[in-house]
Amino acid sequence: MNHRPITEDDLHAYVDRVLEPERQAEVAAYLGDHPDVAKRVAAFTDQRDLLRAALAPSAEEPLPPELNLSRIIENRARRPSVARWAMAAMLLLSIGGLGGWAVRGALQASPEGLVALAQEATASYNVYAPDRVRPVEVRASDSAQLVQWVSDRLHRPVKVPDLAASGYRLMGGRLVATQHGPAAMFMYDDDHGSRLVVLTRPMSSADQNAPMASQSQGDVGGIAWADDGVGYSLVGHAAPESLRPIANEVRKQARAI
Amino acid sequence: MKDMLLQVEPLIPALRRYARALVRNRANADDLVQDCLERAVSRWYQRRDGDVRAWLFTILHNLAINQFRQSASRGRHVPIDETNEDNFGEAAAQEQKLMVQDVLNKLARLPEDQRAVLLLVAVEDLSYADAAKVLNIPVGTVMSRLSRARERLQQEIEGAADDTPKNVVPIRSVKNEPPADHGR
Repeated sequence: MNHRPITEDDLHAYVDRVLEPERQAEVAAYLGDHPDVAKRVAAFTDQRDLLRAALAPSAEEPLPPELNLSRIIENRARRPSVARWAMAAMLLLSIGGLGGWAVRGALQASPEGLVALAQEATASYNVYAPDRVRPVEVRASDSAQLVQWVSDRLHRPVKVPDLAASGYRLMGGRLVATQHGPAAMFMYDDDHGSRLVVLTRPMSSADQNAPMASQSQGDVGGIAWADDGVGYSLVGHAAPESLRPIANEVRKQARAI
Repeated sequence: MKDMLLQVEPLIPALRRYARALVRNRANADDLVQDCLERAVSRWYQRRDGDVRAWLFTILHNLAINQFRQSASRGRHVPIDETNEDNFGEAAAQEQKLMVQDVLNKLARLPEDQRAVLLLVAVEDLSYADAAKVLNIPVGTVMSRLSRARERLQQEIEGAADDTPKNVVPIRSVKNEPPADHGR
């Protein structure tokens, strides 16, 4: 008989009945030989039964109307939705964009370089991050397709930054229109639902290379920079300084392409 | 939204049970569950990682923790509406029914992180891996907290059984009382 030694974890898994049948039997045999341990394990099992019995009634009560899921879904649908606002904002943006385009040559009124990039990223964040229906066009599960798409449109290989180390997971992305051509937008969120956006596009002429600069507009902050003719801007509902470590990470990964 | 209804609705009673055991106040607990459901509805399409149950418990747990933190920082007293009499009265546990009620009072003396692990694993039947996901801690930490929670609860239960006069709680337990616990 060459049993693996019984561990504390085994004892808990025994109480919780999650061991493989074979291991369960080994632990049971061990407990048979060790009455002291068996007593402890029996006490833990009693606790489990007692807790379940004590809490069972709260799961059996009829649900109050506030917890009626159909109603919650219905209420959301009736609320003036953020999505509709986002759509309106998008329309305005595109009108503004077209108008801007028309007068661009004549007036050169629109900002250039990093300033323009930062504004575009903030606008994208303001439009898409609050969107509950379709914040991204291509979801993270199709990220290969997303990368292919935006790389084709930006005429250069684009890599999706991985922000897992900072607690942010990729939700997906989309192509957004800017006055300087198409840009790729990637959106991330963390466990608390806070969202971040990374916008990247080729820089037109100004600021082909630029160090990180912070931007903020109300509560929305961001960091923008450019490397070898490609601009990046990271935007979130946070102070620019708190975004800097994440921006550093994005830049490091982009340089590693 | 149809698939959401089918997958989420059956889990509401368990979410309520967890919230109730964690915050020990019916109205607060149901508020948390309502908040959790609203978030679940709005984020349904952003959900990743298949398991809906672990996902819902994660949302709920985070909401509960935020509430603990807020009430701790405000020093607000969160009333305990269900078990006052048992907690502070001298009614000894003469009946089985009282013992069942009493275990909740004992549970409430555990630090909140130990309580959460014990509830998720022993009552809600989450796997150790799912509990780790909900609490955002490694599985090893789940195991050590589970072990500490069970030892501690056992001390509480045995402490009561050896007929300590009235409401005298062993000093040790008082010292270990978590500051965030119910804002006490």
